[in-house]
Formats: sequence, structure tokens, C-alpha cells
Amino acid sequence: MTWVLGNLDLIWELLLQHLYFALPPIVIGLVLAIPLGWVANRSPVLRSTLLNISGLLYTIPSLALFVLLPPLLGTGILNPANVIVALTIYTVALLVRTVADGLSAVPPIVVNSATAMGYTPFRRFVGVELPMAVPVILAGLRVASVSAISLVTVGAVIGFGGLGKMFTDAFQRDIPAETIAGIVLVLLLAIVLDGLILLAGRALTPWTRVGPSAGRAA
Amino acid sequence: MIEFRGVTKRYPDGTVAVDDLDLTIDAGNITVFVGPSGCGKTTSLRMINRMIEPTGGSIVVDGRDIMAGDAAELRRGIGYVIQQAGLFPHRTILDNIATVPLLLGWSKAKARKRAAELMETVGLAPEMAKRYPTQLSGGQQQRVGVARALAADPPILLMDEPFSAVDPVVRENLQEELLRLQGELGKTIVFVTHDIDEAVKLGDKVAVMRVGGRLAQFDEPGQLLARPVDDFVDNFVGRDRGYRGLGFRSSAALTLGDLRTVALGEAVPADTGWVLVVDAERRPQGWLNAAESAPGAEVTHEHLVPGGSLYDASSGSLRSALDAALSSPSGVGVAVDKNGEVAGSVSADDVLRVLDDARRDETAA
Repeated sequence: MTWVLGNLDLIWELLLQHLYFALPPIVIGLVLAIPLGWVANRSPVLRSTLLNISGLLYTIPSLALFVLLPPLLGTGILNPANVIVALTIYTVALLVRTVADGLSAVPPIVVNSATAMGYTPFRRFVGVELPMAVPVILAGLRVASVSAISLVTVGAVIGFGGLGKMFTDAFQRDIPAETIAGIVLVLLLAIVLDGLILLAGRALTPWTRVGPSAGRAA
Repeated sequence: MIEFRGVTKRYPDGTVAVDDLDLTIDAGNITVFVGPSGCGKTTSLRMINRMIEPTGGSIVVDGRDIMAGDAAELRRGIGYVIQQAGLFPHRTILDNIATVPLLLGWSKAKARKRAAELMETVGLAPEMAKRYPTQLSGGQQQRVGVARALAADPPILLMDEPFSAVDPVVRENLQEELLRLQGELGKTIVFVTHDIDEAVKLGDKVAVMRVGGRLAQFDEPGQLLARPVDDFVDNFVGRDRGYRGLGFRSSAALTLGDLRTVALGEAVPADTGWVLVVDAERRPQGWLNAAESAPGAEVTHEHLVPGGSLYDASSGSLRSALDAALSSPSGVGVAVDKNGEVAGSVSADDVLRVLDDARRDETAA
């Protein structure tokens, strides 16, 4: 506790850094996964191809990806872009399946009735299919965001900032309190972000919380 | 007017869903496609708004080939009511109904105002506006489906087995409502059903289709019941068609007989036999069997034997006249005028005599 109180400035800086690494991949990953999920939902062949590729990408160890990316991207080894690109890849890998599942769960009768009302395919996707897939997509986004928060800490091993730096520093200088504080902060960050997504989901999907019998007249 | 000109739908695997269909659907009428499953009735309907595209022939709506323009644009001009309503679960009732106006580029305020009007038209309480489809019963959802199809006031309404998923009582309500609405709106309605009773009840004209997508008979319902063209139609039209056919025969030639009545509160007449009990406005309340009641006693509700169906002499058919006679405990049918007041009596013999005369005239003509 004494250590924490004596290093509040440092902790705050690391926390902001952590968010700087974690948030862009979550947002960019979601934006990329939506069209990819739409493509995956076009045909069984496209679906299995895209899902296999994303499954493979997710199995690449994060440390290896941090090291592999600089030569591929032409960036320096400590360029923050490396972490952001790597985490975006993981987020997309997780979310493509989720988006495809969410879209395929939209009842065909609803899609048909939208078509028959005169929706063009694009407007139907934006106005009907995507909104109806939101509950499934947000469930996946919660997993992806917690995963991103956690993976940022690995970056500290090769010298990136973020809360992971508290672990490397604590190890080198033998400060157990710093390790514990780091774990608690990462957990808190993940819980807060998860809660925010949950709240956003509730605001976006009021229709999922009405019971089939609520307010029903005979 | 919708014209099918040699329309064929053949799938890549060789199945023919609709085979060389020629049919002209009159504007302002209800035309029903009916037939067993696999007869191509739904395919034929869905070809009108290009949910399914024909592989041969053409469909012409008011002189314009439907394949000429953009499919989405065509569909916005044709109302569509789907089985089980097919509402959007993520939108409120009001926004579901406002769908097509919004697609047409109306302002949100104008579209919602129109949607609120339509809720009233189809008999939905205003407080349903903010609810979601899962909060409504099947019958209410179907009303929303009809309102949504009518929102942009399209001249044509396609209805694809719209009432098949609701229970019989609700279905009958919805059918009555549709006929009432059609009386006000005069749309060109194409209605698909597998239920011949629904077809003859709703249709101004009925197209009976047979498996393999061929038209078997296209006629007015009364003609269909009276003169099926072949065994297939005869079988499909089914049992009781003689009786049901009476529903399409006018009862104008029927003369009403006298009917002895007694008002509630009056004394039980001192004779035997059945007497009709009426209220102060001369509306039928039930029957009194004078033989089983003490003469002179005051007629009360306790004396009443429930009556049968009533025959509305101002607009009824021979079927309702005959049913009134057959269902009455006294054997005498009660005819009422359009205010519900007793107009006279009708017997089964009278109905059969009128039917005989009508048939003789038809044979002579």
C-alpha cells in the first residue's frame, strides 16, 4: 500500500498507456470484423475459410507476434503500432466468428419480410440484420476486450509501457506489492470496460428485455 | 390489374413450381390462390413482387412488366403480409408500421403519424405503439403486419397465408376485419391460403391450383361450389359444398312468415307451442315453450330457452336463413331486420322452395 501511495503518478501514467494500447484495437477490430462476418455469412465455404484463418491467427503467441510484426510493417521494434496491430488481429480473430454467428441467428422470416418491404441489401444489413445481431456481437466483444486488456501486459516484456511494466519492474526490483497492485489494476480495468460494454448493450437493445407476456392483452 | 402471361417457374433441379400460368387479377378485388401444398400458390404470389423471379412468361402490373425496374422499388409499392407477421423484433410496433414510409424517404414525424393512424384503422389500441412485437399476441401481431403493409397506401396487397398461425376464433375475427377494411379501402388483394373455407369466404374470385403449378379453375366462389370443373376441384372444394354454396345465393326471393312474440314482463299466453320472447326494442331474447309454463304468469328470463342463429333479412343468404330454421329449438327460424328487431319467421321448407325455383330458372335460362 505504501508503494502504491508513493507511486500514484507512475501508476496513472501506466494506466493511460495501457488504455492507449488496448482501446484502439478493440474499436478497429470490431469495425473490421463486421464486414468480414457479413462475408463469412454469405456461404458455407467462405464461412469455414474465414473462421479457420481467424482461428489460426488467434493461436499465434502474442510475444512472437510483437517480434514478427516490426519487419513486416517496417516499424521500429518499440513502435506502439506493433502492439495495436497485433491486438487488432486477435480482436478480429475473435469477433469474426461472433459477428457471423450473430448474423446467421437472425430468423430468415425477418430477413425475408425486410426484403419484401423493399429494403435494399445494404440498408437491410444496417437496419435489420446488424441491430438484431447486437446481443451476440456484444457478448463476443466483452470477451475480446478483456482479452485485449490482458494481452497488453505481455508487451511490457519487450519494453512497451502499460500496466505490464509493473510486473517486469516488480520482478527486477523485487517489490511484491507492485505485482499485486498491477494485477488488481488490470482486473479493475477489465471489469470496468466489461461493465461499460454491458451498459452500452442494454441501451442498444431494449427489445431483448421485454418478456413475451409483459403487457399482453387477450 | 395484375396479369400473369404464360408464367413459369422452373428450378435448376428441374422442379416446376408454376407451369404456364395465365390469369388476370382485377383491380379492387380480393383474389385468392388456393390449393394443396406444392401447387405453386405461394410461388405465384411471391413472383408478383419479385421475391421469386419467373423463369418464363411475364407478369404485368397496370400495363408495366414487373421485371422492367428495380426490385426494391417495386416492393415498396406493393404491400406484403407474411405468415406469422414477420415483424422486426427490435423495433416498436409504431416503427414496424412506419417501415415502408421511412424507406420511401418520409420524415420520421410524418411516418410515425401515419403509423398511428393505421394502428387505429386495424383496431390496435394506441398504448401498443411503444411495445415490441414479442409483447403482442399472435392475432395482434398479424394486425400490425396488415398495418405495416398498408402504411404507404399501396394499390396492391399481397397476403401470404397471413392467418394460418392463429387460432380459429382469432382467424375468423381477422377475416371479418379484412373484409371490413377492404370495404373501405378497395385494394387489389392477392391472398394465398390452403384453406378452401377461407378462400370462398374472402375471395371475390378464387384460383384453385393443382400440384405441379397448374391452374385448375378460376371462378367466383359460388360458381366454384356449384360447378366444379373436374374431380380434383370437386374433391378439393370438399364436403358440404351444397350447403356452403347456399351462402352465395341471395335470399331476396324469400318471403317471411308471421311470428308470435311476447315481450319480457308480459303474461305467458294461454295456448300451447313455442312463442318468441322479445325485449322492449323487439329484439329476440329466446324462446318460451307455452305448454310448459303456467298461463298468465309474468314472462321472465327464467322461462327462456336459448334461440338458434338469427337470419338477417336485409343482407342474409339462403344459408343463414336455412341455418336459422335448423338451429332454432322451435324449428322456426327468426328473421331480424338491420336494427336487430324481429322481422318475421322463416322455415326450412321456404328456403328449399326458393332454392328449387332459382334452380328451375337457371336451367330454363
